[in-house]
Order: sequence, then structure tokens, then C-alpha cells
Amino acid sequence: MNAVNQAGWRPEMGQANAATRATSSGDRALMLEEALIFELGQPGTCGVDFGETDLPPLDSLAPFLRRDPLDLPGLSEPEAVRHYTRLSRQNYAIDLGPFPLGSCTMKHNPRLNEKVARMAGFADLHPLQPVSTVQGALGAINQLAHWLIELTGMHGVAMSPKAGAHGELCGLLCIKAALEARGEARTTILVPESAHGTNPATAAFAGFAVESIPATCEGRVDLAALTAKLGPHVAGVMITNPNTCGLFERDMKAISDAVHAAGGYVYCDGANFNAVVGKVRPGDLGIDAMHINLHKTFSTPHGGGGPGSGPVVLSAALSPFGPLPFTVREADGSVRLVEEEQAAHEHPQGFGRMAAFHGQMGMFTRALAYILSHGADGLQQVAEDAVLNANYVLCSLDDVLDAPFGASGPCMHEALFSDTGLAEGFSTLDIAKGLIDEGFHPMTVYFPLVVHGAMLVEPTETESKAGLDRFIASLRSLAERARAGDEALKSAPHFAPRRRLDETMAARKPVLVWQG
Amino acid sequence: MTRYYTKDHEWIEVDGDTGTVGITDYAQGQLGDITFVELPDTGAALAKGDAPCVVDSVKAASDVYSPVSGTVTESNHALADEPELVNTQAESGGWLFRLTLSDAGELGGLMDRAAYDAFVGGL
Amino acid sequence: MRYLPLTPADRSAMLGVIGAGSVDDLFADVPAAARLSGPIAGLPRHASEMAVERHMAALAGKNVSAGSVPFFLGAGAYRHHIPASVDHLIQRGEFLTAYTPYQPEIAQGTLQVLFEFQTQVARLLGTEVANASMYDGSTACWEAVAMAARITRRKRAVLSGGLHPHYVATVQTMARFTGDEIDSRLPQLAAAPDDDALIAAIDAETSCVVVQYPDVLGRIPDLAKIAAVAQAQGALLIAVVTEPVALGLIEAPGKLGADIVVGEGQAIGVGLQFGGPYLGLFGCRDKFVRQMPGRLCGQTVDAAGKRGFVLTLSTREQHIRREKATSNICTNAGLCALAFSIQMTLLGGEGLGRMARISHARARQTAERLAQVPGVRVLNSAYVNEFTVLLPTDAREAVRRMADGGVLGGVSLGRLYPGAGDLSNGLLVAASECTTLEDIEALGVALEGVLA
Repeated sequence: MNAVNQAGWRPEMGQANAATRATSSGDRALMLEEALIFELGQPGTCGVDFGETDLPPLDSLAPFLRRDPLDLPGLSEPEAVRHYTRLSRQNYAIDLGPFPLGSCTMKHNPRLNEKVARMAGFADLHPLQPVSTVQGALGAINQLAHWLIELTGMHGVAMSPKAGAHGELCGLLCIKAALEARGEARTTILVPESAHGTNPATAAFAGFAVESIPATCEGRVDLAALTAKLGPHVAGVMITNPNTCGLFERDMKAISDAVHAAGGYVYCDGANFNAVVGKVRPGDLGIDAMHINLHKTFSTPHGGGGPGSGPVVLSAALSPFGPLPFTVREADGSVRLVEEEQAAHEHPQGFGRMAAFHGQMGMFTRALAYILSHGADGLQQVAEDAVLNANYVLCSLDDVLDAPFGASGPCMHEALFSDTGLAEGFSTLDIAKGLIDEGFHPMTVYFPLVVHGAMLVEPTETESKAGLDRFIASLRSLAERARAGDEALKSAPHFAPRRRLDETMAARKPVLVWQG
Repeated sequence: MTRYYTKDHEWIEVDGDTGTVGITDYAQGQLGDITFVELPDTGAALAKGDAPCVVDSVKAASDVYSPVSGTVTESNHALADEPELVNTQAESGGWLFRLTLSDAGELGGLMDRAAYDAFVGGL
Repeated sequence: MRYLPLTPADRSAMLGVIGAGSVDDLFADVPAAARLSGPIAGLPRHASEMAVERHMAALAGKNVSAGSVPFFLGAGAYRHHIPASVDHLIQRGEFLTAYTPYQPEIAQGTLQVLFEFQTQVARLLGTEVANASMYDGSTACWEAVAMAARITRRKRAVLSGGLHPHYVATVQTMARFTGDEIDSRLPQLAAAPDDDALIAAIDAETSCVVVQYPDVLGRIPDLAKIAAVAQAQGALLIAVVTEPVALGLIEAPGKLGADIVVGEGQAIGVGLQFGGPYLGLFGCRDKFVRQMPGRLCGQTVDAAGKRGFVLTLSTREQHIRREKATSNICTNAGLCALAFSIQMTLLGGEGLGRMARISHARARQTAERLAQVPGVRVLNSAYVNEFTVLLPTDAREAVRRMADGGVLGGVSLGRLYPGAGDLSNGLLVAASECTTLEDIEALGVALEGVLA
């Protein structure tokens, strides 16, 4: 015999359990580590080619020039593409699986909307171009404004707020301006104890004092307690509806009526509007102002923490006080921009400008495409499927996880559980970190504050039943492990790019920029 | 020297008209790892119940109330570099600030150690 | 509907598990009077991708995009080259469709980017630290004024006449409600900013002096001189940068003594986008970090000792400190920060310097061409890539007529300062590496045409 297996090829399966040792690179197949650009890059490297060009001397700038060159490393294009691609793979994302963060509304981000936002006729416009050259852009803003007003049954809308919290500020400034116009100095905003932290923060930022309203045992605003707090010092209330426990405030209209009767205004935190879009119009509930997180209800991407966009719909009582700028559609179809110059006679009571330019245009085009894609029927279905999915999660798990308001009726778009029933020493955090090992993003934890060890699950309407069933099975197994006291859970996650991180060290001795 | 306690888990040790204030060992245990302590300026005038100090852990910021009225004479600057002293020596080296008492009568409303221990035992 | 995966069979199976007869039963808590009886009036039914794209393309088609004509607008928003890889990378689903990195074990990608971004911004601005970004430059400017008030416990802010009028308006709006006193002034049409007049307004009650650098007319104030006087009075110097590319050439504000430096980062990687979303930059001295607004990313280690990153110092923020937070801000401009950071990584310090130098060269060539137009005078003694010219006529009208002729020739001071008659002949002109010699000639010809 000759030439027997010269290549040495021997198909074997090997031993599956022998793969735990460290690699010499530190990477583990598709689990790739990535250094910082400051460790990878060179000071003189540049990945952008500007072409050959003659440069005049810098004589007139001589007194102002940098004394030392700007010390930032550069990477060539292939290195940069690889750096960010490798980093991206250390992120979880909606594109990879369910992202059931309660109150955050992580739904699918349609790619048509990305394409639309990048059309040169929207993306490559300067905000101060002559109005005649941006009629389509102003038209898009005006169309979105129109549909936001129609969907909410309100009177007007301020488009410029840059995010939900900025929208809250806008609403409260409208209230302040309206009170000033009435010659009243009301100082206090009432906020339910289950509110998002932004509500009291915004009220304080706008110069109000904050008083807390208690919840009833079924997780809703205590109407009697709220009414008792009303008086001539109360400027208004901030209420989230559906609320942060995932429940609709049944008494919303009665709350609004009581607040109005006492001379105050009603601000609604619209973070959860996605539960009722197309089904309920806040304007019909007596709301005076509500921000709409376009990145929640209308699916503009969260982008790892922004940018958001927070248009604020306003009642007839507050519309005269809204910020600049805004658009007006004329009879001939043209769209006019009302800025400082026109405001003196067209919008004399407006409280002014909240930010430079016109708002988050890149989010407006995406949201408009979303609304037009869904249409009246699709938006209604959005709310119904979001609520159906949340109730399905609630009812599929309430035998292994405590649902503190399970008896308060069906939930809306999010299911709330508590840590009651977990074994001694086991917490919500352990379940959350366990979900990471199962391949899911955790739910919102420890919020709302009114429930101990809260777990707030918001599946959204873009999860399939099969996807939900897989998530429910994982959460069920984790709940069972935490009830049984499985110690391995307390050091989860075991399979993520990082184990639990030392947040105490990070906060005690902050290292916020690279020290190397 | 006598030590008094509050229901908000502060302690104050009184020596003449000077009081030294901190939070109790029970309180630091509830807060978890302390990451930062915001201290009052020397000379600050405090009324009983004012919150001149904030104790931060990773996920919480807790106000510390002054058990009595008075004027701040000194803050514990060691906490700037070692906030963990509040965890490891809550009732000694982890003290927060000293003040000159303006009304020693206010001490009458505070608890002694036994009363505080009973109070915590009932929580 | 293409975005909704549930089938009718799924829905009935799920209702069965829930024990509800219909979806309407799940809305039982919504009082009947509050429920809409039918679909939203006037809104058509769902539409195909093709139909929506057609609709949006028609709207987009009614606009004159900056890249399609000779273009010279600035005034707080700048058009620079964005390498193709930037937009490709920010569309990676793992970046685009991720949330705020509250679960750091599965968000190291976003967190490491933020850490790199903070370092890049701090070095660019010349500050010791920088945060993970704000909404935009104008809101960052107000946040800096509010932060200075917290630090100094004073409530009187002095704003330079060179501060962008939208930034001034944003600050004034907020101050009206918080009770801060704002001492502001209009810009004077002089070759250089009147730093001495600004300095004269600083007193022992002043919390901060807010100075744009380069200023709204493209001039370069003497930050070091202003800083010395402000700090001697116990006030902070806040420098505002609306064109960060300029810092590729001129000294970083932090190195000139600014205590807080805020800026608009849009010019690097983000694009014009008709005004938003943009990118607020925020840097300051290390000792002020706990008074800073906004998210911060910090370095730490995991349980196995590996380096990792987390959001940190959260006790400053609204979700923990509620009404005592340093700001109500929740989001940052995450994806815009990513775009900025990628472009800064591609450029490096040297590349940014080159981009700034080419932009400066194009601006000089533009100024030289405009100076040849009869009746036109260049105001600035110094500028980086934006300068002011004085026309013999109202600049708003000139801008409109140039636009009718297919040239976007700049931003008139009349648009920015309506009613300020003294300024109405002023025209702001910006150039960048995108500007061609043909563009410059077209601008010259267009301006000659409207002034003829």
C-alpha cells in the first residue's frame, strides 16, 4: 500500500466536554474580544482621503492655533469597520430576539423607515434653508403633526421636543405659561408614586414643587387621595396612562374633571400610548398635554440610548402657549414655518423656543412612514396585539411568579410580577441575569417602585406567539430555579461576553476617559 | 460623651456642645456598598431635620437628616477617598460631620442604644 | 400587516389561554365612553412599502437637498463629508436596535463605544471628562448654565453676543421658568468680538459667562482672557462650540481655561438632517463631574476580572434621584454619538486637522471671491470656516433670490435676528471640504446677480 491518507485527515467527533480551557488569543470562536481604539490606533493614521489640494498658510489664525496636535488615534477603513463590527456583536438587540423591557417599548424597527429617513431630500437639508426650498420637509412635519393630533384627539402639537423627558418639560412649561397668563402662581405638581422618575425630575427642573399621590391596593391612582390634595397651590398632575403597573386608569376622566375644577391642568405621560393607540384618544379623557415618544409607540430605533423624539399634543387650553417653531399649512397647500419673527403677532402667548431648529426630523420621517404603513386598521391592531401578548405572558406565568395586580383585571401592554415567592437570598436581579444566559434581554427590573422586586415585561406586538412561547418557557424555568434556590443562578450570566460587572468600583473611583 | 439615635437611622455622639453625626450600622447594611458621600460645608447652619448629607450607593441616593439643629464645624474628608468607611466603620471612622448644637433640648426626643435596637428589631 | 406576526389562529389560541372571549375583553378597564367606536377618522388603511415609499419620496422630492446645489449654510449646522462606512456601521442592528445599556453584560458594544466617545470628546474639547452626550448643542448649553448655577449657587448668567440666537432663546426660555437672570446682548458687526464689553458685565453675582467659540459670526473670542476675569469673580466660563471641526485647528476651549465646554457634534458624522437629531457634547473639569447632567460610562471589571464598562454615577440621574436629579434628561443621542465616534476614529486627530484646514482654505477662497463682488465687505479679521459678509442690501432677500437661482448662499442675519435692523445686511457664509471651486464661483456670480 502507498499514499494511505497522506493528508492526515481523520474525521472524528472529539469530546464535547473538553472545551472549557482558555484560548491563547482570548477570543472564543465567534465570541470576539476587542481592544479600545486608543490601543489599536496610531496618531498619524487616517481612514479618510480628502484628495490632493493646495492649502494656503494659516497666517490669520496663527494666534489661535492648537499648541499641541490633537491627540486622537486614527484607524484605516478596514480596521475601523472591523472594530465597530466586532463591538456590535457584544450587544443584544431587537434584531436578535425579544427585548421585553417594560415601559420602554422595544418593538421591531421597520427598515423602510430607515430608507426613508436617509432620502437626500430629508437627510441632506439644512434647517435654515429658505422655506421655499424645504416645502416637502415642512410638509412631512405638518403631516405627522396632523396625524398625532388626530390619533390623540387633541387640539395642537409641539413638534420640537427632542425626547420624552424634553416633551414633559414642554408640557409643564405650557402649564406654567398658562398659569402666568391667568395671573396665578401655582407651585405644585402632583405625581403618583408609581411614576417614571422623569416626572418628578421634570417638575423640579421646571421650577415646581412635587407632591406624591398614593396608589390604591389595585395599583391605580387613588382618586380620593388625589382630590384631597387639590387646591389653589396645585398647578396640575402628571399621570401615566396606561400606568407603569400596566393598568389603565379607569378614573382618568374623573381625575381630569377634578383637576380642572380645582383650576389645574392634566399632564399625561404618553410613554405607554402604544397600548391604546387607535383605540382611545387621550383628548377624550380630559388630558391637556401628553408627550408621545416616537421611539416607543411609533418604532423609531432606540439606537443604544437615543436619539428619541417627544412631540407634545396639547389641548385647546394649552395650545396658545406651545413652543416655537411650528408649521402651518396654507389653503394653497404650501407650508409655512412660524418662527420668532411671525410669533409676535401669530402666537403671542407662546413660551418660546426649547431648542435650536425644528425638532428631530430624522425621527419624524420614520414615524410618518410607520403611521402610513399601519394605517387606521393596523394601528388599532398594534394596540390589540400588544395587549394580547402581554396578557398571554401574564396568564402563562402567574402560577410561578407573583402578579401583584393580577386580580385587578387584565393588564394592558405590560405584565407586572414581583419577587414574592422566590427562595431566601434570591432576587429579581438573579432572574434577569438568568434570562441573559437563556439568550433573552431581561425585562425592566425594580420599576415601578411601588412593587418590591418588580419585573415589568412588555413583549410588544411584534413578537410572534412562537417567540413568546420560547420566552415564557425560559422565564418559567428561571422562576422555578429561583423558587428552588438554585445557587448557580446567583452568579449568572455565565455565557455572556462579560460576567456581572463591578458597579461599586465604577462609581467609587470613576474612570470616565481612557487613562493609558 | 453620650450617643443618641434617630428613627431615620442616624446617630449623634454629643461631647459638650459638639455633636458628631453618622448613620448606623443597620442603615449601611440596608444601603449596600456606599460609593459617594456628599458632605455639608463648614459653617452651614442646620435645622433639625434638614438633609445636609447624601449617601450614594450604586442604585440609590439617600438623604441623611440632621438629628439636631446647629452649625457645621467639620466634615469627614476621609470619605472623599474612602466612602467605604461608611460601610466598614459606620459608627466610628465613617462619621459624616460635626456640628455645634444650638439647642441641646432637642436631644430629648432621640433614642438611646437600647431603644434604637428595639426599634430596629421591630422593623 | 407586514409588521405584525400574530395570525388569527394565534390570537384565538392565546385568548383561550388567557380565558378571554375576545380582545375587547382585555380592554375592559377602558370605560366605554373613552373607547373609539371606529377607526381614526381620515387615516387610510394600511399601505404597502411601495406606496409609503412613493409618498415619502414625493415629499423628499419637493426639497432642494444641500448636496445638489452650491451650498454655503452654517450657523450651527454644517455640511461635512461623511465616509460611507459611518452610515453602514450605525445601521448594524446590534447598534441600531439596542436599548440604553442597562444590562452591561450584553451591551459592551454600546458601552465601549461610549467610553471611547467620552475620551474623544474630552480630548477634542480639552476637558478632563465628557459625558455620553446630550440632545443637542442648544439644550446642552442650558444644562451647562443650570449646572454652573448649582456649583456657584448664583443665578446670574452672562451670555456673549456671539452666542447663537437659538441657544440664547433656549436659555431664556428655561430661565424664565427657573428664575435665573440672563444678561444677553446682540452681536456687534465688528471684525472681532468685543470681549472687553463682555468682561465688563461679569460681577460677583455672576454664575457663568457663556461664550461661543468661534462665535455666531465666525469670529474667535479670547477665551483665556475671559476665563481669567470670570474665575477671579468666582464665576465659571462655559464655552460653546457649534462647529467642532474648527477644533481641528484652533486651541481647545478647555485648554484656554473654560470650566465647562458644550457643543453641537452634528458636523462630525451626523449630517444636516434638517435640524435633528443632533448631538450635544458636554465636557467639564473632573471636580464638577457629580454636578454633571446626562449619562456617563465608566470602566470597571467583571466578576472574572476582565475589563468592562458600565453606566455609572447614576445617582445624579432622574431614575434614581427623581426630583433632586441634576437634570430630567433620560436619553442621550446614542446613535449620533456612535456616528460621531466612528468618524473621529476614521479621521484621527491628524485627519480632523486636515479636514479643518481644507475647510478653512475653502472659506478663504470663498471670502476672497465675495470680496470682489461690488458693495460686499468681509467682516471678520479671523475665522476658521465660517465668516460674515456685509451686503449693500437686505441679506434675507438676497438669500431668497439666490435660492431661486439654485444657489444656497448662506444664512442671513435677518433670519436669525428678526427685527434687529442693524444686522439685516449681514450674511453668514460657511464652507467645508465639500465645497468646490465651481461652487465658490457660482456663489460669486449669484450674489453679483442679485446685487446688480
